[in-house]
Amino acid sequence: MSDFVSGFWNIYVVGIVLVSIIGCGVFLWSQSSARHVEGETTGHVWDEDLQEFSNPLPSWWRWLFYITIVFSLFYLAMYPGLGTYKGQFGWSSAGQYDGEMKKADDQYGPIFKKYQQQDIMTVAANSEAKEMGQRLFLTYCSQCHGSDAKGARGFPNLTDSDWLFGGTPAQIKESIAKGRDAMMPAKGVKPDLNGDQIKDLASYVRSLSGLSTDSIRAQRGKELFAPACAACHGPDGKGMVGVAPNLTDKVWLYSSAEETIIETITKGRANRMPAFGEFLGDAKVHLLTAYVYGLGGGVKDAPAPVPVAAAPATAAAPEAAVAEKK
Amino acid sequence: MQSQATYNYKVVRQFAVMTVIWGIVGMLVGVIIAAQLVWPELNVHEFLSYGRLRPLHTNAVIFAFGGCALFATSYYAVQRTSHAPLFAPGLAAFTFWGWQLIIVLAALSLPLGFTSGKEYAELEWPIDILITLVWVSYAVVFFGTIIKRTVSHIYVANWFFGGFILTVAVLHLVNSAAVPVMAAGILTPKSYSAYAGVQDAMIQWWYGHNAVGFFLTAGFLGMMYYFVPKQAGRPVYSYRLSVVHFWALIFTYMWAGPHHLHYTALPDWTQSVGMIFSLILLAPSWGGMINGIMTLSGAWHKLRDDPILKFMITSLSFYGMSTFEGPMMSIKTVNALSHYTDWTVGHVHSGALGWVAMISIGSIYYLLPRLFGKPEMASKKLIEVHFWIATIGVVLYIASMWIAGVMQGLMWRATNVDGTLTYSFVESVKATYPFWTIRLLGGLLFLSGMLIMAYNMFLTMAGGKAVNAPVLAPAAAH
Repeated sequence: MSDFVSGFWNIYVVGIVLVSIIGCGVFLWSQSSARHVEGETTGHVWDEDLQEFSNPLPSWWRWLFYITIVFSLFYLAMYPGLGTYKGQFGWSSAGQYDGEMKKADDQYGPIFKKYQQQDIMTVAANSEAKEMGQRLFLTYCSQCHGSDAKGARGFPNLTDSDWLFGGTPAQIKESIAKGRDAMMPAKGVKPDLNGDQIKDLASYVRSLSGLSTDSIRAQRGKELFAPACAACHGPDGKGMVGVAPNLTDKVWLYSSAEETIIETITKGRANRMPAFGEFLGDAKVHLLTAYVYGLGGGVKDAPAPVPVAAAPATAAAPEAAVAEKK
Repeated sequence: MQSQATYNYKVVRQFAVMTVIWGIVGMLVGVIIAAQLVWPELNVHEFLSYGRLRPLHTNAVIFAFGGCALFATSYYAVQRTSHAPLFAPGLAAFTFWGWQLIIVLAALSLPLGFTSGKEYAELEWPIDILITLVWVSYAVVFFGTIIKRTVSHIYVANWFFGGFILTVAVLHLVNSAAVPVMAAGILTPKSYSAYAGVQDAMIQWWYGHNAVGFFLTAGFLGMMYYFVPKQAGRPVYSYRLSVVHFWALIFTYMWAGPHHLHYTALPDWTQSVGMIFSLILLAPSWGGMINGIMTLSGAWHKLRDDPILKFMITSLSFYGMSTFEGPMMSIKTVNALSHYTDWTVGHVHSGALGWVAMISIGSIYYLLPRLFGKPEMASKKLIEVHFWIATIGVVLYIASMWIAGVMQGLMWRATNVDGTLTYSFVESVKATYPFWTIRLLGGLLFLSGMLIMAYNMFLTMAGGKAVNAPVLAPAAAH
């Protein structure tokens, strides 16, 4: 792909670059041969005593200048610089990147391949794989989830058994590879909630985790919960994997403070885990999955019906969230 | 007739005093953000957070401290070497008050979060317009004085000052071109750059590198060409060298910007062109250093007991060092290690503290007694103390940043046998803490030196009175 919209710009760049570099050399050469009288001044005087000696250019300096000019011309012959001319070495930054990536894949690929062929639970039990997984985690995941994977406000803790999008190997892998979009609409599905009602709801949500709260407000909030929130969080507030978080498990993504819950209900929440599949490739995602699975909260693939029921909900979740956003 | 006229020292005096004041303010903000890196809990409020104070620091030291120093010295030198008082004194007064207003507006708007997001050009559009007005006035005063000169030749210092004034005008106008959001109003301004994507990046670094090349180099070379020969009492080493390095410097600097964008979306050919012109820039840059240092040849003994000359020669040494380091860092292979590390920060400060600040300090020490009718500064001993404190400060600063930068670069590229990175980013941050602490100490020392300078300045002012020297007739040789 050319950087230029027309052949003119190529000629323009080549011309102006060459004329400029060679011009520096010609200018230097022309000034070197000017007449000099070493140790004498030019005869001009400013401000009582400001004068200039008529000394010639120091020759080592002149040669330094010439060398940089010659080197530049050599460099432009070898490397891209003169418009669309690619240079004798055929180097490009994209080519260098591809070359280094290929070399790394050849060298390190087999190490990852070995684990890629094993199932997640086997990999999770392997101490060498765990160390590799941890190094990958520290490079790619720790910025949000923390070096200890315990998360931060807005970023889930990966070491507990609470999973927003499921803790089975397949679910974790999907979260890493494809990313996740989560969105809670403002005021749930009851857009006419007023401030007082939101406060009632917040009291009720706090009471679900056994936190101290105004019991009369909580009682009123309970009645509002069914029409406003239950569609996603379930009638008992226990949530649904891949759809909405459990509100009764004392795990808080944005804190349990009443004003935070009020903010969540009033404004809604939008959050996203970026997709890493394309960037890291399946082999690394596989190791990361095993590492996250092994942090303590991994859920074994239960036999038969349960995963069948969980899987569609999870798979549907990102699409549902996107649809809601639109 | 001319013996009755006097040079306009008032505006020089104003700018000279404010150079010291803004130097203290700008460097104090630098010390605060250096401390915030060591103790992040010092980010006590959003107005005083690192992200807001960092552009305030760079703007304050470059445009407030450096800018006032350039105004003061160029106004002084252009009058005296033109043998004519400043052209349009009213306009000169406007440049002083306008520039101070710009600085105050910057000091308010940046912490409040108003920024156009362009490095070293963060100020929003109403302030940009004010800068343009002041700068055009500056050009009128400066070139007007040159036109009014009573000597036929234009002294070399004025070429550099003139080149700096013209180029900065072009740089500012092109890079700050933006579309204001009129709905945001003039008091809470918001604007979007006129350029987008990689073109915006290229314009930004064309500006950014030439801000270094013209504001922080050509302007201060002008300062050097007046004050070094004056203080040394010697003629400039080589007229021919000043001609060659002047034209070569202003020509090649214009091309060097792309070296800030190695290994980015900028096309490879642009990166290469930026790199080779950065290499060609080595000799023209060193031309200034040679001419300054060689001016002293035959008068080396003066260095022993003249602290002002010490400041000037040390500044030229740092200039030579950083203009060697710069071309080296522009080589793609070196840049792949140095870019995004504290090495860059060290490089900038070897230029900013070692070269820009030290030549300014030396020149202001030269100026102050002459502006306040005294034979010399109130305390020569304190200048000597200032020199040593500042030098130790710079050395601690740049040595710690070099080590930190190379260490970060090596840590970021270190890999394990399985190809995974040996260190996470936060580990490199942790490893840098000791060096950030040393850097903070270096910065504190440099700031202390400025406080000593302020004390010495006020002592000198207290015992003196504002004077305007009579305009001198040109030497008989003309």
